Amino acid sequence: MPTYNLKINGKSVAVNADEDTPLLWVLRDELNMVGTKFGCGISQCGACTVHADGAAIRSCQLQVSMAEDLNITTIEGLSEKGDHPLQQAWKEVDVPQCGYCQAGQIMTAASFLKENPNPTTQEIREAMNGNLCRCASYNRIEKAVAIAAEKMS
Amino acid sequence: MSTTENKLTFSRRNFLRTSAIASGGIMIGFNLFTACKPNVKPSIDVENLNFNDFNAFIKIADNGYVTIYSPNPEIGQGVKTSMPMIIAEELDVDWDKVHVAQAPLNTKEYKRQLAGGSQSIRFGWDALRQTGATTKQMLVNAAAAKWGVDASTCKASKGEITNAKGETLGYGDVVKEAAALEVPENVTLKKPSEFTIIGTDAVNVDLKKIVTGKPLFGLDYKAEGMLYASVLRPPAFGQKLKSFDASEAKKVNGVIDVITIGEKARKFLDAGKFNWTFIMSNTDKVVVIAENTWAAFKGKKAIKAVWEDAGELENTDAQNKILNEILEGKDFDTRREDGDVKKAFTEADKVIEKTYHSPFLPHNCLEPMNFYANVTPEKVHLAGPVQTPEYAALAVSDMLDRDINQIQVDMTRMGGGFGRRLYGDFVYEAAEISNAIKKPVKVVSSREDDMTTGIYRPAIKYRIAASIKNGEITGYHLKEAAINSNMYGLIPHFFPAGCISNYKVSTKNYKSDVTTGAWRAPYTNFLAFAEQAFFDEVAQDLGKDAVQLRLELLENVKNTTDKKIEYSGKRMQDTIKLAAEKGSWGKAKEGVYQGFSAYYSHNTHVAEVAEVELKDGFPVVTKVIAAVDCGIVVNPTGAINQIQGGVLDGIGHAMYGDLSFKDGKPSNKNFDTYRLIRMNETPQVEVHFVENELSPTGLGEPGLPPAGGAVANAIHKALGKRLYNQPFDQELKTNSEKLKG
Repeated sequence: MPTYNLKINGKSVAVNADEDTPLLWVLRDELNMVGTKFGCGISQCGACTVHADGAAIRSCQLQVSMAEDLNITTIEGLSEKGDHPLQQAWKEVDVPQCGYCQAGQIMTAASFLKENPNPTTQEIREAMNGNLCRCASYNRIEKAVAIAAEKMS
Repeated sequence: MSTTENKLTFSRRNFLRTSAIASGGIMIGFNLFTACKPNVKPSIDVENLNFNDFNAFIKIADNGYVTIYSPNPEIGQGVKTSMPMIIAEELDVDWDKVHVAQAPLNTKEYKRQLAGGSQSIRFGWDALRQTGATTKQMLVNAAAAKWGVDASTCKASKGEITNAKGETLGYGDVVKEAAALEVPENVTLKKPSEFTIIGTDAVNVDLKKIVTGKPLFGLDYKAEGMLYASVLRPPAFGQKLKSFDASEAKKVNGVIDVITIGEKARKFLDAGKFNWTFIMSNTDKVVVIAENTWAAFKGKKAIKAVWEDAGELENTDAQNKILNEILEGKDFDTRREDGDVKKAFTEADKVIEKTYHSPFLPHNCLEPMNFYANVTPEKVHLAGPVQTPEYAALAVSDMLDRDINQIQVDMTRMGGGFGRRLYGDFVYEAAEISNAIKKPVKVVSSREDDMTTGIYRPAIKYRIAASIKNGEITGYHLKEAAINSNMYGLIPHFFPAGCISNYKVSTKNYKSDVTTGAWRAPYTNFLAFAEQAFFDEVAQDLGKDAVQLRLELLENVKNTTDKKIEYSGKRMQDTIKLAAEKGSWGKAKEGVYQGFSAYYSHNTHVAEVAEVELKDGFPVVTKVIAAVDCGIVVNPTGAINQIQGGVLDGIGHAMYGDLSFKDGKPSNKNFDTYRLIRMNETPQVEVHFVENELSPTGLGEPGLPPAGGAVANAIHKALGKRLYNQPFDQELKTNSEKLKG
């Protein structure tokens, strides 16, 4: 199996994996970083969202062989102490029900707020539309993203 | 142990070993291990405090930190937060000094460790309060003995006991002595007006772990030497494995072995046990064992399997035809009958009869089904997400012929349940695989596995008829045609039973190869829509306001003595009035169309007003106002979250949810074609609670059933079109095509 040198949350790591292994499974099974979730495997649910050079991407669609030159950020590396404005807002609003999709929701929102620090409600709804929440905690996700935007501005 | 044992005096030694029985068979325990020296600043890393390890609800460290074990599985319904809140309230400790841990399955110490039917809080309420209050009393008694004063002169609050002189002792200071004391039989519970934790917002206890990506869920669970397994099941319901070629699969990097399973499950099934919990049980399944998930998935794709039809493969068109034939037939079971329905319909001025149809629905928990098993000669260790751990342990013990005491089940947080995880098929598969390979293994489903080999909400048809005479409803007849089973328990006695003097519920089902089962608010998830849409139509026909008609009907059930009627006319009326008031019923702004619906299920009364607006001629739900009577609200933030989620789940599935079968194969495999509601389609949901001091009831399910009806009734106001079939989206499309036509 080939070795790939990845940059994840500011650290360099070498992993042995088949070239077609999605980054998602490298993170989860090889690196024990299980915050990035598996939901559908076809980029429809957003549970596996991570940042590649700051942009939100679906880690189920990024093969490890294509990930070497990218700066990958996962939910584990979003903030040092778990106090990113979005993580704070998630607590203020008490967003999760089952909680499974929430890391992906936060990663999508973090990338979105970087691009658009002062979004309208409709812009938030559109930006978050790619992330499924089966418990339908959508009202609270929407509110928490708005609160985080305020905190960041 | 019998409950009479709570009269015994436990020696300290016994108490430590076994802990004590409080009312309702609930165990209390104390931690006597002193992790920190008294003058050491309490660690904030509560999880690493060295609490003595024995199973019980409560452990108290000498620094005053309290661990409360949450007995029931957490599927997103919030019991891991709300059940410990109830103990903490009566124990009288600061909520921020409480650490909550998930208890493992332990049928000796806990009762009803399952997540289903929205019953955890309702059944847990008294026992959890007794547990907290009994523990508090023992701590007070211990402090009083230390001071040499009468316990009645001492008070406990926020983790401290105070005597008449104003001296204080922390719970941690007296926990050793307390554990040696006799367990008090009668303790005083707080009055609701004295609550300081119940009724206040407590954030989800796992929130920090959830938002920072810590391991919590079954799919996150790992154990030393654990392998991964992917199970290939028949592509169609009604098929069997004929042969397979695993040579390509074995070439996949990371694939260790390819085996088949089925024998254990079949023996077990042949004995007539648990047969409804198995999916595709009449066939062998091919299992790819691999070093990681990706290799297991890839290996499974590389299997070349030949399947044979075990019988006629089913099609949804044919299934619907059978359901229609059932409705047209006369062969029904009568589930409730009051008065003389036949006479009422014969003498009616008019009969209104409508038929409603719902499709199959997959559960689509966002965390696909998975489970860990490690079968060794000494024990069977199972871990993962299952709503019924006790049942899973029993089934595995039976299937593998192992003593129940050798089965250990650890519960992980679940990435959704919705009824799917009531069925332990994935647990049995994991156990059978681990038993075969003699290694620890986790069975992992892909989304496609999860959606296409499910235990679905069955397609159902309802035909509802009302007889009208002199402008009044004189008779009501509901017929249910379903697949594999029919409405259960007291559902035939729900509204409008007791409200209409001539009343009848008839049910009938036919058996299908497609596995079906409970789906969030089983039966009522669709029945409520059919019934509440029907009453809207009847109200229109009678020229009555939809809310007024319901209030009038409910008047008739207020004095019922029928014990099977468990909903309350008065509570339902109050809930309806609250929803009508908060939702400004009948006073919609221009361009806003309102729909009303009210439904009692899972012991909770709910009423909803949906608001619909037309955007480019298409109805869009913009707001829902919900009123809920669930008695005392334990954790308002969690309670609101449940209702919001239930309402949106109800709307999402009523609008878009659809699964059909062609030649036994499900129509959808993944979220690219199966539509779930997304943020851009969600209305704002406003939640109001009826205030009272009645014992609390559950909230995981009851918000869902009324939602579809409220939306359908609002869409009728907007478009003048009645909806009879779910998903609405398809009916609306057909409608707009006809209009364009």
